[in-house]
Amino acid sequence: MQETKTKTVRFVISRQDTPDSAPYQEEFEIDYRPNMNVISALMEIRRNPVNVKGENTTPIAWDMNCLEEVCGACSMIINGKPRQSCTALVDQLEQPIRLEPMRTFPVVRDLQVDRSRMFDSLKKVKAWIPIDGTYDLGPGPRMPERKRQWAYELSKCMTCGVCLEACPNVNSKSDFIGPAPLSQVRLFNAHPTGEMNKAERLEQIMGDGGLANCGNSQNCVQSCPKGIPLTTSIAALNRDTTFQSFKNFFGSDQI
Amino acid sequence: MAGNREFFNRRLHSLLGVIPVGLFLVQHLVVNHFATGGEESFNNAAHFMESLPFRIFLETFVIYLPLLFHAIYGLYIAFTAKNNTSRYGYFRNWMFMLQRVSGVITLVFVAWHVWETRVQAAFGAEVNFQMMENILSNPFMFWFYIIGVISAIFHFANGLWSFLVSWGLTVSPRSQVISTYVTIGIFIALSIVGVRALTAFI
Repeated sequence: MQETKTKTVRFVISRQDTPDSAPYQEEFEIDYRPNMNVISALMEIRRNPVNVKGENTTPIAWDMNCLEEVCGACSMIINGKPRQSCTALVDQLEQPIRLEPMRTFPVVRDLQVDRSRMFDSLKKVKAWIPIDGTYDLGPGPRMPERKRQWAYELSKCMTCGVCLEACPNVNSKSDFIGPAPLSQVRLFNAHPTGEMNKAERLEQIMGDGGLANCGNSQNCVQSCPKGIPLTTSIAALNRDTTFQSFKNFFGSDQI
Repeated sequence: MAGNREFFNRRLHSLLGVIPVGLFLVQHLVVNHFATGGEESFNNAAHFMESLPFRIFLETFVIYLPLLFHAIYGLYIAFTAKNNTSRYGYFRNWMFMLQRVSGVITLVFVAWHVWETRVQAAFGAEVNFQMMENILSNPFMFWFYIIGVISAIFHFANGLWSFLVSWGLTVSPRSQVISTYVTIGIFIALSIVGVRALTAFI
């Protein structure tokens, strides 16, 4: 194995000092340890921020939180593919390992990006189930177990942003909301209580920058680290919005 | 429709691509195929199409207006995409990119084709076997026509696939895979029809 021969790991990291400054590349070489992941390597560099030329430099900025691929915070582009750095094992990566931020989002610094637009989108599509009333509304309708299991797969979304990064229609020229929040509409519309606001959510994604911007490149479903059937969700919502638009134009009921 | 203009435009764009523009493309290719039966057979078919009643209305509402909307809005769609097939080389992503490229090629081809035939006809030229024979005797124009016709057919066949998704007809991955095979079949069949007709003129 290459690692045992050289006993080092080489990184080419795309860096950026401020949100508006120009990005540049910096190379690092660190000692190999067994079972390293990209995050432990970044921590190693942070401990002693010296680049491959032997110059002292600033530690690299990146986001992380759960370290077990459920929070989505540590997403970045690793050797050309967007993924979570916590589950990117050094042993499985070709060297030099190239790290870049997901530039679909505004870069804060180095590998750190601002994913606010995704959380704003979740608010826009009302990705929750309203259960509050001025009095006790009692228990809601029950959900069949099989449906719950199915919906659980959609609920695995961690808002990591990989699908937006992979989508050719999410870019600075378009205001497409992206696959992740769309799939959440399907999740919450499938819930027996959430269904009560189904039309509201559909109307929202029928607005500008919504569902119709999808161009079916299907990169999202190929890239999703959680294996969420994003394109199936989008196609299902295409059907729902077809019915909703017919209802809005020809029908007389309000929801 | 003010609240969801983009939704309406996109859906209209998808629909018009199939009905009537896609249907017109199929009809046009089929009529062209008469050329394989010789000059007289083509001229008879072309004459029949020319002498349809209410021709200018048929042309306007079945061809010009839907095609104009589809072309102009399609250009807008094509140029809001940021293609990334080098990083994500999946089949559907290539189709996504080719759909936009073939759309632009088809628009250039159709613009030239309309100028060369329909507009010249309005100026008094006669559209017949002879005219096409003259155009296609130039090897450059022959290949221009081959590329234009094939990209129009590709754009239609692949567009039919995404029409089925965009309107929510094919939702499951399995139905989307099967409709991929069906639209590949349509692409091959119509390409044979189109290329046979073109080669019949030389």
